[in-house]
Amino acid sequence: MSAAGTLALQLAMLLALPPLLPGVIGRVKAWFAGRRGRPLLQTYHDLFKLLGKGAVYSRTTTWLFRAGPVVSLACLILAGLIVPLSGPRAPFGFTGDVVLFAALFALARFFTLAGALDTGSSFEGMGASRDAAFSALAEPTLFLVLAIMCLPGGAPSFAGAWTALSPVASGVGRAPWFAAAAALFVVYLAENSRIPVDDPETHLELTMIHEVMVLDHGGPDLAFILYGSALKLFVLGAVLVHLVLPFPASGSWTFAATLVAGELALGVVVGTVESIMARQRLQQVPQLLIGAFAIAAVGLASVTFQGVR
Amino acid sequence: MLGLLLALPILLVVTAAASAVVAKSDRIARIVGTAGCLVTCGVGVPTSLVAVLRASRDEIRYGWTLPVGELHFGIDPLSAFFLLCIFLVSGIAAVYGAGYLLAYAGRRRLAPALVFFPLLVAAMATVVLARDAIVLIIAWEIMSVASFFLVIFEHDRPEVRRAGVLYLIASQAGVVCLFVLFALLGRAAGSFDFDRLSGAALTPGLANAAFLLAVAGFGTKAGFWPLHVWLPDAHPAAPTHVSALMSGVMIKMGIYGLLRILLLLGPPPSWWGVVMIGVGGVSGIAGVLLALAQHDLKRLLAYHSVENIGIIALGIGIGLLGVSQRQPFVGFLGFAGAMLHVLNHGLFKGLLFQAAGSIQKATGTRDIESLGGLLRTMPVTGALFLVGSIAICGLPPLNGFVSEWLVFIGAFLGGAAFAPGWTVYAILVVVALALIGGLAAACFVKAFGIVFLGEPRSDRALQAHESGAAMRGAMLVSALLCAAIGVWPAGALRLVAREAAELARIPAGAGPSLPMLSAIPRAALVLAALATLLTLVRALLLRRRAVLRAPTWGCGYAAPTARMQYTAGSFARPLLEPFALIAGARLEARGPDGPFPTSARYARHFGDMAGERVFAPAYRRVLHLFSRVRGLQHGRMQLYLAYILITLIALLVWQLSGLGGR
Repeated sequence: MSAAGTLALQLAMLLALPPLLPGVIGRVKAWFAGRRGRPLLQTYHDLFKLLGKGAVYSRTTTWLFRAGPVVSLACLILAGLIVPLSGPRAPFGFTGDVVLFAALFALARFFTLAGALDTGSSFEGMGASRDAAFSALAEPTLFLVLAIMCLPGGAPSFAGAWTALSPVASGVGRAPWFAAAAALFVVYLAENSRIPVDDPETHLELTMIHEVMVLDHGGPDLAFILYGSALKLFVLGAVLVHLVLPFPASGSWTFAATLVAGELALGVVVGTVESIMARQRLQQVPQLLIGAFAIAAVGLASVTFQGVR
Repeated sequence: MLGLLLALPILLVVTAAASAVVAKSDRIARIVGTAGCLVTCGVGVPTSLVAVLRASRDEIRYGWTLPVGELHFGIDPLSAFFLLCIFLVSGIAAVYGAGYLLAYAGRRRLAPALVFFPLLVAAMATVVLARDAIVLIIAWEIMSVASFFLVIFEHDRPEVRRAGVLYLIASQAGVVCLFVLFALLGRAAGSFDFDRLSGAALTPGLANAAFLLAVAGFGTKAGFWPLHVWLPDAHPAAPTHVSALMSGVMIKMGIYGLLRILLLLGPPPSWWGVVMIGVGGVSGIAGVLLALAQHDLKRLLAYHSVENIGIIALGIGIGLLGVSQRQPFVGFLGFAGAMLHVLNHGLFKGLLFQAAGSIQKATGTRDIESLGGLLRTMPVTGALFLVGSIAICGLPPLNGFVSEWLVFIGAFLGGAAFAPGWTVYAILVVVALALIGGLAAACFVKAFGIVFLGEPRSDRALQAHESGAAMRGAMLVSALLCAAIGVWPAGALRLVAREAAELARIPAGAGPSLPMLSAIPRAALVLAALATLLTLVRALLLRRRAVLRAPTWGCGYAAPTARMQYTAGSFARPLLEPFALIAGARLEARGPDGPFPTSARYARHFGDMAGERVFAPAYRRVLHLFSRVRGLQHGRMQLYLAYILITLIALLVWQLSGLGGR
């Protein structure tokens, strides 16, 4: 497939698929709870409804509040164009893209947190503070996982990592990547504000993290944020799926199909975790994240000392 | 070219002298001092830029009457690059200072700031140009003394005097290591001339000792943890443009010295790299954690200098490991990232300090907790502070990202290419940089968010006003340069490529090229395009719809006040809790008790473990030791004459008995 074709396919996937994931998670949770639950496509519905609304801005806020959702979403879309979705090479992949990938998540977060503080609300400040703390503690694990992933390819890029990972289909050779995937899964839950770090369905402002930061957003801004969270689930999920599933070395459609299947399975797993686990106390979240780091460190040890590369 | 560059420090000394002559009139002194600095830097920036890009190499020797060495100066890409940093940041700081010093006019004599500022710049330029240890040490001491006088500009405040004395003690303690370092090297080479030093065959033991002494001696100036204790006191005490200069370039003289010594010492063993990675990781993480605990904006920025010096040290560590592990490309990336971060930190830290100074001037306070909502009253300063914040967090599309990216890539590649036992250190660099980045982002969300966003927390913040044209102009130039390096990294790399190649011991040439750097401007372009597109989409959607203004949602509470906003202290708390030991957290809490509770109190203090647990006890012990010596000193003339006599007799006996030799 040509470069333009890859770009078009990847953009189409990024636009169409992410809102499916919250739907899958919701259905799984409903199934566990014995409810019928909301429709699978509810998030698409919500997005269209919000895009059709007007907006109410707080009098305290400045231009930064309006810039927040826009910059965050732009960062997440670009991150989605860096990670390979339809073949080992992404449209904007290059040597060193993994660092830009992580930095774009950080930039998106910077603007979300600043937007929260711009409202002057202590609830939103509290959410921003917690999110800043947990994401700062998750950052080393994220980078450690990226480092483990890139070691066999020898180059810090998704393309290098994917090509080196594909032949290692199964067995003991994949063990370090399973450890990395386990660590990344904890980071994934923390980054996406899921149980056991944050409960996206809580109704008390004092206990929220992500939801409370966006209390004052409405209309198209909230639509951007909602789509952004779905995109984050999808894009970071793509990395996780790559670590676990064997992928074909080429062939865009099979590659994309494997990825989508993996993402949907990931949605089921997240929904299951959310159903069978309670949320951790806030003070225990750092321990959880340090635990994830320890798992990743074990993965690193097994890569370097077993000489897998 | 070298002649022209050597004329610049002389011009600066003339400027200092001229400012001293006209010191009576603040106005004239301000014009003379600023104009002299501007002319010098205006010539110095293009000249050193050309010298870097052409990789000029030249040297000049003058005889002098001192018994040791000669006046030997030289230029090479390493010197030229640091000269560029010095003149660039100094020029911007001088313009800012011209506006900033107006705040003191009438309250205080401006002359000291105007005399010692050019002197400091001249001394730094001489340090970089010196090719003889004696010349370097003399310039180094002038640099320390000039900056000491700048630090104590507001010497009527006791805390400023305390900071100044602490700085002077730290400088002199650091320079002792340099004396020993150059004495050792000079004895081995038989000369203090760098040409002879670099040719000298050093035993491994001597080279190791020299390396460690250089890390300690130059590290004191650079502010490596735990030698940084002077830094968070001295930088905020100085007037803002001096803080910008000290934090922006003066502490980098320590980095220059270290790199120069590394060039002289020959091929490094791997453990040198590990030492630098350890120093860098600890400095970076401790620096940013301590910054997170600060409520004084300038003190916060000063601790971030420790953090950024840590990032530079991590880059040097990767560079050294790359050299010793025979991975010159990895070494190149480490050194290039470290040096580019020197320039980048000079730019964004200068910008941030200047913004902090503008805030102090506009509100009369640096206490983050009493500020808020300044983005509306100081829109330009606020927007530029945001640019500086994003840059210092190492986020795209600004310059901090480029230099950290280079170090990251070096570490990733090193992790794959080093011998098995050493890969772990490269991965440690990745992890340390990631943690530093995450904590820095939290810290600058706090600093920017609490100071500029929300509602004003005090009347002072309410009455803030935008600063003058000179100050805004200086900040704007810094911000534009940050953006320029961020979106054109290939151009920025050319500034550091040759000296990084030299340090990485890659044989002559322009250094390896990095074609993937072109992806960064492309990503920046796509990001800007996406953000513009989304803004347009939103504007289009909202065109015919109701867009209202309303109060912030307060969960139904009807009478919120600005004091109910989240504070900087509470924002930082969840992060400081797990690191309470490093941040030196102390809790002072008295809850309401008894059947009729009256008052309660809750205060959290953060101290600097290095200062409180290491240096303060050590200082007390040394003081105690010296108090015994005090017994010799009675202030009685007869006693002193007796000491002289005893000494003379002892020397005579020593010489006559033949013990002294010949």
